[in-house]
Amino acid sequence: MTTPTPAPKGKIVCTHVSKTFIQKGKQEVPVLDDVSVEVQENEFLVILGPGQCGKSTLLRIIAGLETPTTGSVTLAGADGVAREVTGPGPDRGLVFQGYMLFPWKTVLGNVEMGPRLRGLSGAKCREIARHYIELVGLTGFEDHYPHQLSGGMKQRVGIARVYANSPEVMLLDEPFGQLDAQTRIFMEQETVRIWQAEQRTVLFVTNNIDEALFLGDRIVTMEGKLPGRVQTVYNVNLPRPRDFTDMEFLRIRQEIIDASQLTL
Amino acid sequence: MTAYREVRVRTPLALKILPVLSIASFFFLWEFVVRSGIVPSTMLAAPSDVARLFVVKLTQADPDGALLQEHAWVSIQEAFTGYFLSLAVGIPLGLAMGWFVMAEGLARPVFEIIRPIPPVAWIPLTIFWFGIGLPGKVFIIFLGGLVPCVINAYVGVKMTNPTLIQMARTYGASDWQIFRQLCIPSALPMVFGALQIALACCWTNLVAAELLAADAGLGFLITMGRRLAMPEMVVLGMVMVGLTGAVIGVVIDCVEKRLLAGIRR
Repeated sequence: MTTPTPAPKGKIVCTHVSKTFIQKGKQEVPVLDDVSVEVQENEFLVILGPGQCGKSTLLRIIAGLETPTTGSVTLAGADGVAREVTGPGPDRGLVFQGYMLFPWKTVLGNVEMGPRLRGLSGAKCREIARHYIELVGLTGFEDHYPHQLSGGMKQRVGIARVYANSPEVMLLDEPFGQLDAQTRIFMEQETVRIWQAEQRTVLFVTNNIDEALFLGDRIVTMEGKLPGRVQTVYNVNLPRPRDFTDMEFLRIRQEIIDASQLTL
Repeated sequence: MTAYREVRVRTPLALKILPVLSIASFFFLWEFVVRSGIVPSTMLAAPSDVARLFVVKLTQADPDGALLQEHAWVSIQEAFTGYFLSLAVGIPLGLAMGWFVMAEGLARPVFEIIRPIPPVAWIPLTIFWFGIGLPGKVFIIFLGGLVPCVINAYVGVKMTNPTLIQMARTYGASDWQIFRQLCIPSALPMVFGALQIALACCWTNLVAAELLAADAGLGFLITMGRRLAMPEMVVLGMVMVGLTGAVIGVVIDCVEKRLLAGIRR
């Protein structure tokens, strides 16, 4: 993140991002092809696509864990200046598919990891951590270890941990993919509640159409085969909390399904 | 915090008696084959002779020059000095080799050359260097304990979940922070494994070193038994090596359980 580029358009701007993995030394696997996506400040953007469409790779490129083969990703800082992403950093918080908690640390210890790494005082770290533990509804579980929590609770810890690091943007990589259907719907409701309480720029990757429609301000759908390309962008102008049986909800849902059948 | 109480199944009485029966018949058979003359007493001592010598050696230094507890104490001192040295050097070295590319590049080739040489093969050299006193044997024991310490700590760090490392990176953690806060805790179970393995290696090498170069110690007691043609002294030395090793093993096990209680998932 060095060279400032003029005229920031969005919070995250991916410009013509392509990614090709080299497998077994020689074989090239194109995963992303010319993907341009923009996420506005405080927007909840969902990237929707079936498995193996490159959506997680795009998220990992934005997180700085992968470098794009061509194209670039810029992130607007708190000062509004867009800087190119060159590696992982605390300005982008990533919630992982698996829970990725420290098994030997308590809920509190996990959530306060970000502030601690930044060298804040113990009392300050605890204060921040307690705030976000309360936000995700885990008050009373501060001293529990991850193995004592259910899947939904573990992912709440993951979300609180990202929040506690106060990143510029939050990146969520199929965070509820391992949960059962009922817990999943509950966690989606919670995600909306938490996001409305403390608005952040969110980029949420999922393979679940209902989840995408329930959460996103906009939905970017990706084609169902490699290399991943952006298919369509849907605006979802429905009030929250959304109703899974709302007519407009169902209309967009059907539209996405019809469109995806063309590419699968 | 709710913990589940494990359901205990009552062990049948027969299963409780069996171990006792097994040990009793072992000693009975041993005593019988020596007493009846099936095995000549110049080749094997009966357990009762060993027990008698055990009591005698507690208060009598002859014929080998030291009391039994003095021999044991010498061995324990040597073993523990070498053991702790190998932990102090091997574990930090292995941890560093697992994470820092520079440390791996520098230390690994030399380590791989030294590793396949059995510590016992160093004994003649150490006699040149240190004579047959404590330092030479400590060096042998140190070498024996070093290898498992380095390997376990190294593998432990290498087995750190790579996604957790990526996660820490997205939080802006530095290499050193990841090493201290992620790699070392991840490697701890393997490191605790090394405590046990290294101790076993140290104890084995101690006896080997004492058999070849010593003027006291349990291994020396065994050698003296051979020289004096006293099988009961040989067996007594062996039994003492086994007992002392087992006691130390139990102690280390307890320490490990206490330390791990707070760490284990």
